[in-house]
Amino acid sequence: MTTTPAKDTAHTAAALALGDDALVLSHRLGEWAGHAPVLEEEVALANIALDLLGQARVLLSMAGDEDELAYLREERAFRNLQLVEQPNGDFAHTIARQLYFSSHQYLLYGELAAGDGPFAPLAGKAVKEIAYHRDHAEQWTLRLGDGTEESHTRMQRAVDALWRYTGEMFQPVEGLDVDWPALEAAWLERLTEVLVRATLTVPDGPRTGAWAAGAGRQGLHTEPFGRVLAEMQHLHRSHPGATW
Amino acid sequence: MVTATPLEAELLELAGSVPDPELPVLTLRELGVVRAVHARGTGSVEVELTPTYTGCPAVEAMSLDIERVLREHGVREVTVRTVLAPAWSTDDITDEGRRKLQEFGIAPPRVGAASGPVRVELGPTRTRTSPPEAGPDPVRCPHCGSAETQLLSRFSSTACKALRRCLSCREPFDHFKEL
Repeated sequence: MTTTPAKDTAHTAAALALGDDALVLSHRLGEWAGHAPVLEEEVALANIALDLLGQARVLLSMAGDEDELAYLREERAFRNLQLVEQPNGDFAHTIARQLYFSSHQYLLYGELAAGDGPFAPLAGKAVKEIAYHRDHAEQWTLRLGDGTEESHTRMQRAVDALWRYTGEMFQPVEGLDVDWPALEAAWLERLTEVLVRATLTVPDGPRTGAWAAGAGRQGLHTEPFGRVLAEMQHLHRSHPGATW
Repeated sequence: MVTATPLEAELLELAGSVPDPELPVLTLRELGVVRAVHARGTGSVEVELTPTYTGCPAVEAMSLDIERVLREHGVREVTVRTVLAPAWSTDDITDEGRRKLQEFGIAPPRVGAASGPVRVELGPTRTRTSPPEAGPDPVRCPHCGSAETQLLSRFSSTACKALRRCLSCREPFDHFKEL
């Protein structure tokens, strides 16, 4: 994929952060292949994963060699949010993660697209795809939250469980000219509206963990991340340069 | 856009005549993904190609097909460059392209529908019937033309399509969704 390399160090760091978010979440969603509850969801989650993988390829290519960055870095060198590395859990957990992340990514990329920085072309393209991801997550949140007693309980459990990873999405990323507090306010407003309509309670716990003085953006990851990387990198590391 | 030379216009026509690898009823020109062809000295040409979706896996096949066709017509060196901006829109699909999609059994994207925000509404479930989408510009069944159709999934065989069902003839069909 041909792109202009970001020469600036801050831009390289930002490309890594955004690229790693997209790459890791793409891989997580890919884990649903063969396991999704219905065929339509199998296809939907794989399509969302493919969009994210496309974004990751462009972003990582701005930071260096996409394959080397994806397959040969150690855990501590990844800059993705802790949110996106969280396990799929039940379907409600996957939807809660999608809801939190896609709402954030939609707003962030919308702002980047409106600017004239090196991320504007990709952001302008991707934000249209992300609109569908967010819509997908919101529709499911409404159906599960305002569904049966069982689906409501599970959806509430999922939004509660992942709440502690949402604060990190609004920590400033060097190299991105973004009004983070405004982004966070817009995110919370939209999220609250969806959760209320879904008859769910907006979680009120802390939005960062005690360990998160630094977090994914500083290379500090949660325990499940090592296993994701092992699976993602295994083939390339065992058979360098393998193609098919 | 810089004015193309007659040679560039001819090569653009050739590159645009390549069929889409996933929807071979459409040419790349009808899909609106070939942006420009620039002649760079003798026998060297650069083609600007824009993906429909950022992760569209067909881009590599498209590039190879374009290279092959131009080489067959005597161009020695072909470089296909992927451009992201301005972002591709389903409004870039030509009228002829829309007609072919419809004939192929795929409901074409509605013009100008991509610019507005995506509506949030309770989606249909598999157990409860939701009312068909009304509105001034409904998605019509490509088989029987009925405006009474229902969304089954926002994502279908590829990222660019949604899966719908016709409530009149009961046939499921793909809808090239607005982007």
